[in-house]
Amino acid sequence: MIESTSADIITNIMIFALASLLGLELIKHVSRLLHTPLMSLTNAISSVAIVAALIVMSYANTTLTITLAAVAIACAATNAIGGFMITERILKMFRKDGKK
Amino acid sequence: MIAESLIQIIYIISAILFTLSIKWMSEVKTSRRGNFSAAIGMILAVIATILAVGTNHYELTIVAVVIGGIFGAAMAMKMPMTAIPQRTAISHAFGALAAALVGAAEFFYNTPSIDTFTMSILSIEVILGFLTFTGSIVAFLKLQELISGRPIIYPARKTISFLVFGGALLSAILLIINPGNQTLFLIMGALSLVFGVILVIAIGGADMPTVIAILNSFAGLSAAGLGFVLNNKLLIVAGAIDGSSGLILAILMCKAMNRSFTNVLFGGFGNIQKSKAGKNAVERNIKSMVAEEAAPLLSYAKSVIIIPGYGMAVAQAQHASKDLMDSLEEKGVKVNFAIHPVAGRMPGHMNVLLAEADVPYEKLKEMDEINSDFKHTDVVIVVGANDIVNPAATHNRASPIYGMPILKAYEAKMIIMIKRSPGGLGFSGIDNELFWHKNTTMVYGDAKEVINKLVQNIKEN
Repeated sequence: MIESTSADIITNIMIFALASLLGLELIKHVSRLLHTPLMSLTNAISSVAIVAALIVMSYANTTLTITLAAVAIACAATNAIGGFMITERILKMFRKDGKK
Repeated sequence: MIAESLIQIIYIISAILFTLSIKWMSEVKTSRRGNFSAAIGMILAVIATILAVGTNHYELTIVAVVIGGIFGAAMAMKMPMTAIPQRTAISHAFGALAAALVGAAEFFYNTPSIDTFTMSILSIEVILGFLTFTGSIVAFLKLQELISGRPIIYPARKTISFLVFGGALLSAILLIINPGNQTLFLIMGALSLVFGVILVIAIGGADMPTVIAILNSFAGLSAAGLGFVLNNKLLIVAGAIDGSSGLILAILMCKAMNRSFTNVLFGGFGNIQKSKAGKNAVERNIKSMVAEEAAPLLSYAKSVIIIPGYGMAVAQAQHASKDLMDSLEEKGVKVNFAIHPVAGRMPGHMNVLLAEADVPYEKLKEMDEINSDFKHTDVVIVVGANDIVNPAATHNRASPIYGMPILKAYEAKMIIMIKRSPGGLGFSGIDNELFWHKNTTMVYGDAKEVINKLVQNIKEN
C-alpha cells in the first residue's frame, strides 16, 4: 500500500521545484565547450534510480516484481559505472596547452 | 537497521555533491572534480540505501550490478570518441528503462491500493520512461546508421501519433480511477513504447542534438517521478537536475536552429528534396580543385578558420585537422576553429572530438565570438559541415533553414569546402548556396585523405 500524506506531497513538490530552478541556474553557466561531458554526467547522476530499484527489490515478493527490479538494477548500474567513467575519459582530453 | 536520520543525512550529502558537481562542471579547470564528487555522491547513496533496506535477494542484486557494471565499463572504455552521441543515446535508453521498470514493479506490488496522487505520478513516470527507452533506441540506431538517418514519414503520421499517445494518456486516466486494472497498465506501457518509436523515427539526423537533449530531460523527469512515488527526496533532486539540464540544452539547440520544439518533434524536417543537385552543378558553376592546388593558398594566408561539421566525425578527420593546424601555425598562419552550436550530432560534439585530437580549447571559438572575424579572414576551410554555413539561411525565405543563425563563412576572402563527392545534398537534404559562391572552391574527396594531403604539401612547401 502506498500512502503519501499531503504534507509529503507538498514537501516533495517544493523540493522538485527548487531543485529544478537551481539546476536551470547552474546549467546555464556551463560552457558550451563542456556540453557533451555535462550530458554524460547528468545521465550518470540520473542513474541514482538504482536507489529506487534497490528499495523495491528489498520488498519484491513475486517473480515478476523481483525480475523487474533486477533488470532495473542492471540498467542503472550500467549507467552509473559507465557514465562516470566516460565522463572522466572525455574530461581528460580537455587540456589548455593541448599537450599530453 | 541503521537509524533513519543517518540515512537521510547521507542522502542530503549525496544531493549536495550532485549539485556541486554541476557547478564544478561549468569550467574545464574544475570539471574533473565535478565528475569525481558526483561519483562519490552515487556511492554514498547506494551504501545508505543498502543500510536502510537490507539485502533481500542479495545474490541476484550482486549479479545484476556486476553484469551492468561490466557492460557499462566496457562501453565506456572501448567507445571511440566519434561514437559518443550513440553512447549517450543508449545510456538514456538504459536510464529510462530502469526508471520505467521500477515504476512497473512498484505498481504490481501495490496494486490495487495506490492513492490518486501516487497513481498519477506513477503513470506519467512510466509513460515517460517507456517512450524515452524506445525513442533513445531509435536515436541510437539512426546515429549508428543501422537505420536511415533521414526522417521516416508515412501517411496519417500525425493522426497515428495522436491516437497512440492519446491512448496511453486515456489508459493512465482510467488507471488513476481504478488502480487495480493490471491489463490497463500493460496497455499503457505498450502504447508508450510504440509512441517512442513513432516520435523519433520521424526526426532527421541533423536534429539529433535536440532530440538527444529532450530524451535526456525525459529520462531525468522520469527518475524524479520515481522519487515522488517512493517518497525519496534524493531521487527528486537528482532527477530534477537531470531534467532541467536536458531542457536547457534542448532550448539552446532549438535557438541555434531558430526552430521550436514542436517543429523539431513533429515537423518532419529534412525530408525535403527540392532541386536536382546535378543540374545545378552545371548551371551554377561550382569550381573545384585538388588538394595540391589548395595547399599553397593556405600556406600564404595570414589567417585561416576551420569549420568542422558532422562529416569530420564520419571521416574521423579530427587528428588530421589538428595536424593541419600545426603545419599552418609553423608557417606563421593564425588558425582557429569555428564551432556552431548544432555542429555534429549532440551538444558539444565537435569540442570533444577536437579535444581528443589535442587541439587546445582556446582555439575552439563559439559562433558569437568568431562571426565578426570572417570578413578579415583569408581562407575558411569547411570540413564536412553544411547547413551551418549555408547563406540561404540569411536571405532565402523559401529555405527550410531560413532564420537559422549561421557561421558567416561566406564573408571570408576565400572558402575551401571539402566534400566527399560532387553533387548530392547535405544531410538535411537542402541545397547549399555556399557551393557556388564566387569565393568558394570545392575539394572533393574523403575529408581525412584531403587534409592529410594538404598537410603533406604545406610541409614540403
